[in-house]
Amino acid sequence: MTTQPLHGLLSADLSVATAGVTLFADALRQQAVPVTEAAWQPPMPGTEADLARVLADPRREAANAEAVRRMMAAGAELVDVRPAREALGLEKGTFLHAGPPIEFARASGPLKGALIGAMLLEGLADSAPDAEAKLEKGDGITLEPCHHRDAVGPMAGVISPSMWVYELRDEVHGNTSWCSLNEGLGKVLRYGAYGPEVIDRLHWMNATLGPILQQAVRARVDQGSAIDIKAIIAQMLQMGDEGHNRNRAGSLMLLRELLPTMITADAPSTDIAEAVRFSGANEHFFLNLGMPACKLATLAGQGIPGSSIVTTMARNGTDFGIRVSGTGDEWFTGPANTPEGLFLGSYGPEDANPDIGDSAITETGGIGGFAMAAAPAIVKFVGGDVPFALQATQTMYEITASEHTAFQIPILEFRGTPTGIDVAAVARTGILPQINTGMAGRVAGTGQVGAGLVNPPPRCFTQALSRLAELATP
Amino acid sequence: MADHVELRTGAYYDSVSLMQVSRAVAATSGVEAAQVAMATDLNLDVIRGMGFEVPAAAPNDLLIAIRGDDSGIEAGKSAVETALAELRSASGSSAGLGQAPAPRTLGGATRRGHANLALVSVPGPHATTEALDAINAGVSVMVFSDNVPLADEIRLKDAAAAQDVLVMGPDCGTAVVGGVALGFANVVSPGTMGLVAASGTGAQQVMCLLDAAGVGISHCLGVGGRDLSAEVAGRSTKQALAALAADEATTSILVVSKPPAPQVLSDIERYAAELGKPVHWATLGAGKPDLTAAVEGALRSAGQAVGEWPSWGAGSAAPGQGSLRGLFCGGTLADEAMLIASEELARSEGTHSRSEGTHSRSEGTHSRSEGTHSRSEGTHSRSGQIRSNIPLSPELALGPDLRDDGHVVIDFGDDSMTQGRAHPMIDPSLRLERIAVEAADPTCGVLLLDLVLGFGAHPDPAGELAEAIRKARATAHSDGRTLPVVVSITGTSGDPQGLERCATTLVDAGAEVYLSNAVAARRAVALLHKEAAQ
Repeated sequence: MTTQPLHGLLSADLSVATAGVTLFADALRQQAVPVTEAAWQPPMPGTEADLARVLADPRREAANAEAVRRMMAAGAELVDVRPAREALGLEKGTFLHAGPPIEFARASGPLKGALIGAMLLEGLADSAPDAEAKLEKGDGITLEPCHHRDAVGPMAGVISPSMWVYELRDEVHGNTSWCSLNEGLGKVLRYGAYGPEVIDRLHWMNATLGPILQQAVRARVDQGSAIDIKAIIAQMLQMGDEGHNRNRAGSLMLLRELLPTMITADAPSTDIAEAVRFSGANEHFFLNLGMPACKLATLAGQGIPGSSIVTTMARNGTDFGIRVSGTGDEWFTGPANTPEGLFLGSYGPEDANPDIGDSAITETGGIGGFAMAAAPAIVKFVGGDVPFALQATQTMYEITASEHTAFQIPILEFRGTPTGIDVAAVARTGILPQINTGMAGRVAGTGQVGAGLVNPPPRCFTQALSRLAELATP
Repeated sequence: MADHVELRTGAYYDSVSLMQVSRAVAATSGVEAAQVAMATDLNLDVIRGMGFEVPAAAPNDLLIAIRGDDSGIEAGKSAVETALAELRSASGSSAGLGQAPAPRTLGGATRRGHANLALVSVPGPHATTEALDAINAGVSVMVFSDNVPLADEIRLKDAAAAQDVLVMGPDCGTAVVGGVALGFANVVSPGTMGLVAASGTGAQQVMCLLDAAGVGISHCLGVGGRDLSAEVAGRSTKQALAALAADEATTSILVVSKPPAPQVLSDIERYAAELGKPVHWATLGAGKPDLTAAVEGALRSAGQAVGEWPSWGAGSAAPGQGSLRGLFCGGTLADEAMLIASEELARSEGTHSRSEGTHSRSEGTHSRSEGTHSRSEGTHSRSGQIRSNIPLSPELALGPDLRDDGHVVIDFGDDSMTQGRAHPMIDPSLRLERIAVEAADPTCGVLLLDLVLGFGAHPDPAGELAEAIRKARATAHSDGRTLPVVVSITGTSGDPQGLERCATTLVDAGAEVYLSNAVAARRAVALLHKEAAQ
């Protein structure tokens, strides 16, 4: 038998996909032919020529497949907890922060507040006004994105040398990533608060919590059973978490893993009790492990020539920035949008700061807003309804290159989460990534004011597309 | 009376849907005029032409223009909302629990539906992107969209060949695959003749003639109007020929084309000779058989008798004084009419014009967007000259106003006339306006029109056209002129609009109607001369 030309088209029963005029789809239905119609929209304005070049890049398809294959293959084991000074080689006066690079003068309220708090914590200033003055002057002070050190930090994301960080390891690709310890909710440094209770808590975390967690984690590593963070993410998605704004199941599972070696740590029992109570009371305990796990995934997918897959989405409260696998370390930025959602207490929209934090690494890695269908309970917190949560995830499939092989959503018949945001697909469809997020107060020192939903500014993607077009091979 | 003009950004709808919205709004009581359209340059011209003041707008903005009394404008605005809401709910973006939103790209739709064929009719600048989706998914694709760059067409077809899939188009109006009609297509009986068509309305004309002669078709594979140009070099035609050669249902093949590049045609002829199945040719050009003659040749070689082609009201019109005015929706029908009419006109006006000398045309120029070669045969007498927006040679191009006192043929389906507008077979308004203009023009001696039925075409095309013809003849009559009208109708008895019913409607309005476009073109020329119309 010879194979028929055109894959046997002329002898097949037709099933037709259409994009464009509905009239023609209707005419096919009149002839009882199955039709699947695309709800086609023009691409983002001005992207036509770049899209044509990027989509025609012969490397792209394979490069994107490789990028998402690596992202999904990346492991994430918790291997250590130690001070940032040691883990990241942070020198006194160097502060890491969330999002793309920014100078203090342009920093938003919450980032300024967190930096002021970190100055006080490090003993580099006597008071908040003193800290602010020194930061403004800038002598001996270096601000640097967490992402430039393969680290991530939620909200303001400020990491100073004395703060303790989790260290996660991807043995498959030989990468390491780091994230600060979570302080809980309310008046906390990452939301820009720097009052005495904030600084006291940070001191306690450095002196007590960090060392206990270190002993607990190292004991697990010594037993040859480092905690598999990726496995917890897979499970929490089946327990109503989406890994960004809802981390309840993940936090409990993490505590379950840590408890046996926490309680046997060499520390006063009252300290251990307080460390356990603090961790157990914090619904976002796991966020600071889910984030570096996603960072390891996107690190693995980085640097593949021709790939249009997004490997970083991060915000510093002023700018939203993305980085793309095929464009190296270059940031593509635009003004951060302000989230829409629900507010705590008497706070309102006018109190909210624009989008901030490295936590959008979760969406970049295929969870968070992209896994919203897994977490219908989240809609009460971010101000949507259940069908919206299901729609949000399903819409993200339109802009992602793959479906995650490990992270699944039961209500979608265990479909893998939408993974690997494709810059070209974003430009083509005009669909922007859906991010779930907390909202920080606009004024330095306020703390959290609410939670909600936000999208990146389109220009991040159109700029990245332009750059990909320049780099495209003909 | 007041004007309401409103601009909405980020609200895209296709031109066909908006035409329906415009109609619904214009029909609202109290509304005198209304247009709802994407703010493309062409649409802005139309709306400004209606007397509306239009603000600066981008092509992806939705423009709503309503004129009427105060209550009419309010009613019109709510009619816009109702019509747009209907469009949105029909678009399948459901919000139900667990139900997936509609895919946004052709790639998404292809995966979702496990499709084995794709159809692209998005605006030209975006068509390449969508078509590539289908090709990458290993699926053949019909590209109805026009205004696709030539380089993109070549790129698409090379990518398709590598995947062993067929690109039908761009600017492919019609196709029939295994009995399924795609795009604009007539309902024809199944049979054994396979068509390869570098022409949409040309293929429809051929299928309708075959159907009238009792011959069915197996498939009609459109390849796009430029496929036999020197640049595209028959890339899709060869694939389509090979597929039909391997197809058990097909016993003979007919190639239909707008005037092809000669070197490409001879290359394809050599290729076709090796296929092992008889191949017939309906490739238009000066000195070549017209479509009707080519169909007759194919019928005769298959041992079929060839009778008279159907007509309605033939011979009923009185001749007119002046020039030929051909107003077409079908590009190939316009081409064929020009080829025939210029020959006929040259013959009848020849003695007179020869004293003015002959006019030599340059060989190898490219005047047409299709990229076909110039159909120069060396010399032609000026007497047969027909000016057109798709002229037979460059010097016969009409100016931007598309007006001339001499013989004129206009293709309203040409790329330049459809940017941001639906094809005239769907939205006939531009042509209907022009019919009224010609009726009032004392230099217009005869109107030659086409009417194409079938899937995709206007649901009642004859009714609107008949009304326009009736008004045109009345206008001419009141000016003391006779305006004969000849219509070439492309349709079958199986078409949703009904061939007989449409033809009768046109005859009742005073037109002569012919199934054969060639016969219609000859008749129109004859009506310019008293002695031919006794």
